[in-house]
Amino acid sequence: MASRLMALWDWFDSRMPSVAEEWRKHAAEYYAPKNFNFWYYFGVLSMLVLVIQIVSGIFLTMNYKPDAGLAFGSVEYIMRDVPGGWIIRYIHSTGASAFFVVVYLHMFRALLYGSHKEPRELIWIFGVLIYLSLMAEAFLGYLLPWGQMSYWGAQVIVNLFGVIPFIGPDIALWIRGDYVVSDATLNRFFALHVIAIPLVLLGLVVAHILALHDMGSNNPDGIEIKKTKDANGKPLDGIPFHPYYTVKDTVGAIVFLAIFAIVMFFMPELGGYFLEHNNFIPADPLKTPEHIAPLWYFTPFYSILRAVPPLFNSQFPGVLAMGIAVLILFFLPWLDRSPVKSIRYRGAYYKGALALFVVAFLILGYLGIEPTTVWGQFSATEGSMMDRVLDTKDRATWVARLCTILYFAFFILMPWYTAKDKTKPVPDRVTM
Amino acid sequence: MKTLLAALAFVPATLLAAGGGHPLDRAPIEPRDVISLQAGARTFVNYCLNCHGAQFMRYNRLTDLGLTEAQIRDNLMFAADKVGETMKVSMSVQDGKAWFGVPPPDLSVISRSRGADWLYTYLRTFYRDDKTPSGWNNKVFPNAAMPHVLWKLQAEQNAVEYDRTVRDLVNFLVYVGEPSAQSRKNIGIVVLFVLGVVFVFAYAMKKAFWKDIR
Repeated sequence: MASRLMALWDWFDSRMPSVAEEWRKHAAEYYAPKNFNFWYYFGVLSMLVLVIQIVSGIFLTMNYKPDAGLAFGSVEYIMRDVPGGWIIRYIHSTGASAFFVVVYLHMFRALLYGSHKEPRELIWIFGVLIYLSLMAEAFLGYLLPWGQMSYWGAQVIVNLFGVIPFIGPDIALWIRGDYVVSDATLNRFFALHVIAIPLVLLGLVVAHILALHDMGSNNPDGIEIKKTKDANGKPLDGIPFHPYYTVKDTVGAIVFLAIFAIVMFFMPELGGYFLEHNNFIPADPLKTPEHIAPLWYFTPFYSILRAVPPLFNSQFPGVLAMGIAVLILFFLPWLDRSPVKSIRYRGAYYKGALALFVVAFLILGYLGIEPTTVWGQFSATEGSMMDRVLDTKDRATWVARLCTILYFAFFILMPWYTAKDKTKPVPDRVTM
Repeated sequence: MKTLLAALAFVPATLLAAGGGHPLDRAPIEPRDVISLQAGARTFVNYCLNCHGAQFMRYNRLTDLGLTEAQIRDNLMFAADKVGETMKVSMSVQDGKAWFGVPPPDLSVISRSRGADWLYTYLRTFYRDDKTPSGWNNKVFPNAAMPHVLWKLQAEQNAVEYDRTVRDLVNFLVYVGEPSAQSRKNIGIVVLFVLGVVFVFAYAMKKAFWKDIR
């Protein structure tokens, strides 16, 4: 039996040797640094979630109806009448949030160890493009259950495009295909969510990995392992991705899947963060919910949008700030002037800046979930100095403004503080 | 901030009024107590189903509650002919709108949007109010269009009994909100157990492969 299989493989290999060649290039003879730590699980976990989302999504499309009159009911049909339907649906809804969890941690890893720095700028750019596509994918998919939050979230986000001067209203109309979010919007969002964006995502993931494997992986020491090779030209600090990291990542994937299972089987709504309570109310174009908040993974940017005050009665500055907050990520490799990559050898400036950035990002994320009144209001007597100066007395808005400034300062001041930083000498070989 | 949201959602800011704000009592529901669920189902079909549907819930699914299809047909089906039908309401949306101002919402997933505590408190905080069209008002949901449908039960039963009636009804509504919730948890335990076993082997394999790497 085994020899038959080997014969079959030889037959195949002699006719298509590139399969074995690619396997060697990207797995068996791809040398990865041996000192990967906890933070290096999240790349492979992102790919795992991508596969989970594609497979569960295929099964959902078999029973989902992209029709304003039927969509909400078809989701409940999946939850009740389709055998195993609730498992598929919860896999997909948990997977959506899990995707952002692992991607945010993956991006944070880059900030920790300087994975965005030369020569890996292109890997970073492909990564940011993946993140942008993922945001689009999540936004489009969130309309499909056709609940109140789906509907009004889409309404608000599409209207963000509407505040762009001159061309905004036409863009918003073009995206919706109607004057309000409607059946036409649902149909096109379905098409974009199930095929257009997933294709883009897959292409970008391939580009991300090809670019990575051309340059080689960074590591927690930020040392280029290709600089010290043995007599055979293999990096001394590198080990073949397969079998070493395939077995290690398998362990990480199982732990991740266990956490995933705990959420999807025991708390699929995760207190309203993964599945919002108001989204169990069917979409009603005539009834605006009291409190519209996006899902948690968008809330830092939503907070920035809300924090920026309007100018000449236009919300455009807030929308612009939100857009720049995402797009500024593209410039990170060139904003970072540090001679070292890893946080292990960086100085106090970068460590402090990164800590402040993380705190600001988390506070923005929290405030984006809550109404701006969450922390009460400043007390200012009518007509007093403070009353006239403050355009809003909501404390949370002022905290969000401070955090927005910190968010942007992290990037804008980066060329200065990374160049001034007192870095430590980097060793030649990685530390375990 | 509300003005920004309102501008973006094209709604006058005055419509964004706040909710009731009455403190909610914790609903002492027991999702595995079939006696309670059956009692809740009985209350539901007798008192709620006249105006509210549960249009995504099939009668024969109630076999989950330890009932046979014959029992369901004889005791719970007043508004349907076949046991495979969904719990639709006989009243039309237009009538509902004409009679109550708003059509009574479908209750299939009401426990998932409102939560058990809200429902449990809501159904226990109706009070007399001559200023409303129905003569009833509610502490959790001020000026609710719904009259106090359970008032007769509340009058006949003592406070403990009425709380239990509402508890059973909310228990049932939570079940209707997600009928597969119990099997979900059961399957989850099996999945975690399997992952635990696989983890042991995967971890041993990782250790074996990595023993020479330092």
